[in-house]
Order: sequence, then C-alpha cells, then structure tokens
Amino acid sequence: MSKTLFDKVWDGHVVRKIEGGPDVLFIDRHLIHEVTSPVAFLGLKSRGIKVLYPERTFATADHNTPTINQHLPVEDPLSANQLKALESNSNEYGISHWGLGHQKNGIVHVVGPEYGITQPGATIVCGDSHTSTHGAFGAIAFGIGTSEVEMVLATQCIMQPKPQKMRINITGSLGYGVTPKDVALFIISQLTTSGATGYFVEYAGKVFEEMTMEGRMTVCNLSIEMGARGGMIAPDETTINYVKGREFSPSADGEAWDKALAYYKTLKTDDDAVFDKEYTFDGSLIEPMITYGTNPGMGIGISKDIPDAGSVEGGVSTYEKSLNYMGFHEGDHMIGKPIDYVFIGSCTNGRIEDFRAFASIVKGRKKADNVTAWLVPGSHIVEAKIKEEGLLDIFTEAGFVLRQPGCSACLAMNDDKIPAGKYAVSTSNRNFEGRQGPGSRTLLASPLVAAAAAVTGKVTDPRELL
Amino acid sequence: MAYDKFTILKSTAVPLPIENVDTDQIIPARFLKATERVGFGDNLFRDWRYNTDGTPKTDFVLNNPTYKGKILLGGKNFGSGSSREHAAWAIYDYGFRAVVSSFFADIFRGNCLNIGVLPVQISPAFLENIFTEVHKNPETEIEIDLKAQTITLLATGEKESFDISSYKKDNMMNGFDDIDYLQNMKSEIQEFAAQLPI
Repeated sequence: MSKTLFDKVWDGHVVRKIEGGPDVLFIDRHLIHEVTSPVAFLGLKSRGIKVLYPERTFATADHNTPTINQHLPVEDPLSANQLKALESNSNEYGISHWGLGHQKNGIVHVVGPEYGITQPGATIVCGDSHTSTHGAFGAIAFGIGTSEVEMVLATQCIMQPKPQKMRINITGSLGYGVTPKDVALFIISQLTTSGATGYFVEYAGKVFEEMTMEGRMTVCNLSIEMGARGGMIAPDETTINYVKGREFSPSADGEAWDKALAYYKTLKTDDDAVFDKEYTFDGSLIEPMITYGTNPGMGIGISKDIPDAGSVEGGVSTYEKSLNYMGFHEGDHMIGKPIDYVFIGSCTNGRIEDFRAFASIVKGRKKADNVTAWLVPGSHIVEAKIKEEGLLDIFTEAGFVLRQPGCSACLAMNDDKIPAGKYAVSTSNRNFEGRQGPGSRTLLASPLVAAAAAVTGKVTDPRELL
Repeated sequence: MAYDKFTILKSTAVPLPIENVDTDQIIPARFLKATERVGFGDNLFRDWRYNTDGTPKTDFVLNNPTYKGKILLGGKNFGSGSSREHAAWAIYDYGFRAVVSSFFADIFRGNCLNIGVLPVQISPAFLENIFTEVHKNPETEIEIDLKAQTITLLATGEKESFDISSYKKDNMMNGFDDIDYLQNMKSEIQEFAAQLPI
C-alpha cells in the first residue's frame, strides 16, 4: 500500500498497536530542558526506575537562563534551582548535559540540529511544543507533556494515537523580501490556530524544495501554531548535506553512513499516497506578514488593514477581547504603528540566517531611539558565526547589542520581559496575552520586518529598505 | 503520578466562554519554575484572575462565588499553545476533574488524560446550551459518566456521548498511567530498538 513520508516513519517506529488505544511508539532521540523535566525525574525516583537508554536523551538549559552575564551565578533562586536540578538529574542518570556556560549550550531546537542529534526519519520528542522544528529533516518530531517525558526516560516509548495526515503544498516562488517565517504565518492565517489539530503535516512544493535547512526549521517550528502536532519536509540533498559529518550523525565515512543514507533515501511520500486533507497555495502571492492579535492565526500581509470581526473565523467577543488587549481596532493600518521593542531570537528565528537577514537591513542605518532591541542568538555556534561573519560589527555600528543564547523574551521566564502595554515586534512564535511578559503586546514577524521596525521605530514594510 | 479514579462526576460548573484559551493563560510561564508538582492551582489563570498588585479581578469567573464546581466549561480550541503539563496540573490542583469544550488542542488533551483530568468534547450547540443554562442558573448540575461515555445537562435532560479510547478510559477509571503499561513490555522494546536503521 502506498505510504506518505509520515506513515513510513511512524509505522517504522510502532513497537505495539493497542486495540482500542494508542500505538506504542519508539523514540530515537529525546531532548530535555530544565522546565519540563524535573517532575519527570521525581516520578522515576518515586517508582525506583532507571533511564532505559541514557545515550538517547540530551539535556540543555535554555528556557530559564539569563542572556547576559552567563558567567555569573543565576540570581533568581527558583531558576537557579531548576538549572541545578537538570544538572544533577542528568549526572545521576548518565545523560549528556549542556548546562549554562557549556560550549554546546543553547536553545534545544537549535543545538539539536547543529550537533546532528536531529536525523532524517527519526522520532524525536521533547517537553516543548516547538519540537516540531526537527520535522525539517524529515523526522517525526513533536512536543510532549511531563508525564510523557517520564515515559521516554523510563521506556524510550510514548503512547500516542496515530494522527491524521495533511499535506500543504506551496507552489511557485517567493517574492522579494518574503521569508520562510512569512510562509508559515501565511499558512496559519489561512488555516487558523486550530485548523490542523489532530493532523501531522507534510510541507511540499517548490517553495520548500528551494528553502535552506534554517528556513525549513522555521516553517516546521510553527506547525504547532495551527494545532498540528508537527510538520515535516522530505529529506533531499540539502538535508543530507546539512546532516553529514555532524557530531551525533552516523559517522560520515563507512558502513553506518551508507546504512543511514539508504534509509534517508526511502523517506518520501509515494506518488499515489493519500492524505486526509490537502491544501495548495501560490507562494508568489505571499507578502511579508505581521500579526495584529493574540494568537498566531491572527496575521495579515503587512500592507493590509486589520480585518472586521465578521470576516474572521470564530466568535466576535473573543475577537474583540483580542483587539482590545492589543489596543488595536478593526480597519487599522498595520504600517506605521509605533513600536517599543524588537526581539530577534528563539527556536523559530534564532539561527544564523535570521541574523544575516536582520543585518541586511540594519547595515548602515541606526536603531531608532524609541526602540529597545534584544538580539539573542539561538546557540553559541550562532553567536560565534555572527562574530566571524562580521555581523556583530554591523549591529554595533547600528547601535545594537548582542546578548547570550537562550529562549529569552520568547516566553519571558527569565528577566527579558516586555513591559505591560508595550509593543514588541518579535521573531518568536507566540503572541498570546502576556506571553512576552505580563501585559506585553506582541507582533509576530520575520527578521526582515523586525529589522525594519528596529530602525524606523514603527511597523514598516521591509521591502522599502532592502 | 497516581490520581483519583474517575467514574461518575456530578457537579455544578464554572463557565469560561472564551475561544482559543491557550496554556500561557492557564498558567503563565513565570510560574513554571518549580521542581515539584505542588501549588499550581494558586496560579491557574493568574493574569486573568489577579491584578498586578495581587488583588483579585472581580469580573473574572474564578473570583465569582456564584460559580463553583469540579467542571470547567471552556470555549472552542481549549488548551492551545505550549505543551506545558503544568496547565493540566493547575486545573487539577485547583479542583477541576473535567474540562468540557467543543474542541481541544491536541497536546493539552493528552496531558489531561495522563494526569486524571477528563477532557469532554461535545458539539458546539450542546456547549452553547450548557453555557446558557449555567449562566441562567449557576446551581445547574452536569453529570459526566465515564463508563457510559455520556454527559448530561440535568436541568433539561439533554445528553450527548463523547469519545475516549477504551485504553484511556480503562486507565482513568482505575487511576493507572502509561508507565505501568510500558514497564511491562520492556524486553519487547529492547528487541525493537536493536533492529532500527539509525
């Protein structure tokens, strides 16, 4: 029977099918961080069980770490305690631990691919919904809860019903100044924030074939924002070139690589395979996107006006509550809206290409006086490349400061909080009420839109500055 | 972690007729710093429930003594966003045992089932009727029968059945969790792992 890419990877990892219940799914690689793992380890301790395959789990601290002065002790005692718990639990159970200050430390979904933990055709989970990022490599990757973190530690399996399958095709080529982030925000705006719930998505078409791995990661990262467990893209030469030779990839010469390569080559949807749902959009019609509301589905092309309640999906009262929170009105232009903060970083847009894009606009310009900007690389590798490539000089010249790696203002667990009532153009993934700090107002956008806002102090079409 | 067995729940309900309630609203990230599963109920819906100075927002439903009970009624797409199980913990810790909505986000639904909160998905029309009845009379009781997989609005007798896998149903009725099951198939898992391509 014809299979989709998703079927092939899922079915190849089913240890047991439970009648009237979920599948028992084997997990190849497990990523953990300080926030969603401590209670899982407590569970192991209270049951008196060990980690079954410690070499398949990798720990990095990211959610709750400071992005300045990382060499100093963490001031907040609760945060420090969580970081300590991650370290001691990892040590106790023999798990690789990349804590604060470690050369490999960084955002879990940035360092995973960088070190080759992420592999095509693998099953990857983490107690974080943006685990969908790793689907860019043709992996089945998704976020899980803490009970499931405990399951994976204890048995390397989780129990999940097999999701339905959706394919999203984007034909044509992207326009000038349109980035993978815009593609993702466009798709979510079309499907809504719950439009893919219950599905696992495959992204297909020329736009994704032409995308770099960084771009594919940005798209797959945002799959969860339309409710999908995850999204994936069939591996191709771009994928294999990225994976080859990385530390935790199969050794690049010899039998292990040949075996892996043979497996990677099987990872594509059969021509006559059937999806439960399929969408096709024309990529050339997508423009730089920006959100105006309090969920990622509330996005529009930057040149458009905020829609009327009657023309959007969902109830009027929820829509009005959202606009009221944002201090916006139906029919407002987005272009020209004053902003206060710019955040570039996160597992969505904290990779080197994102900083290159940001630099392409701020180069030779100055940060607007009314803007506070936080530039937060996703990892030390990204940080090092920013310096090597001379981007740091461009940023410094333009009045920007580079911080140290971590999740930072994306979820504002650390001190990087947008103040109440302030507007932030953010390259992160969620514009929920208070997401970036109590009372904060988030406009999600690409690194180019963020850069244009950073130098003009207001929402600006980046195509005018490129 | 063990939780109370779920059989039949008959209770009044707390209505929250808002769509797309995300897990950042259920429990904001700054309250995820604990290393033990205690006290999350205190911060359930923190920023909707309290002003920045810590005083209660009187117009929020959890601060309205008229509404109480073990059932939380939510609008469509309840629990979207982050995978934080802390959201389900906060709901359980506050005292809710079931959430009723016309649509649930995927990870949140799974987390609830894993910790003993029953997500009950019903038709939008029935949800609307329940909201109406509960607003009209906060003493209105709802009965959720897990064994029969039915939810009944007792005031009108209106009843719907809901879906749950027989495996999860059995777990909830007995207070079991998945690790109990998986631990018993360890050698099968190890044999499986040995034959994987990567």
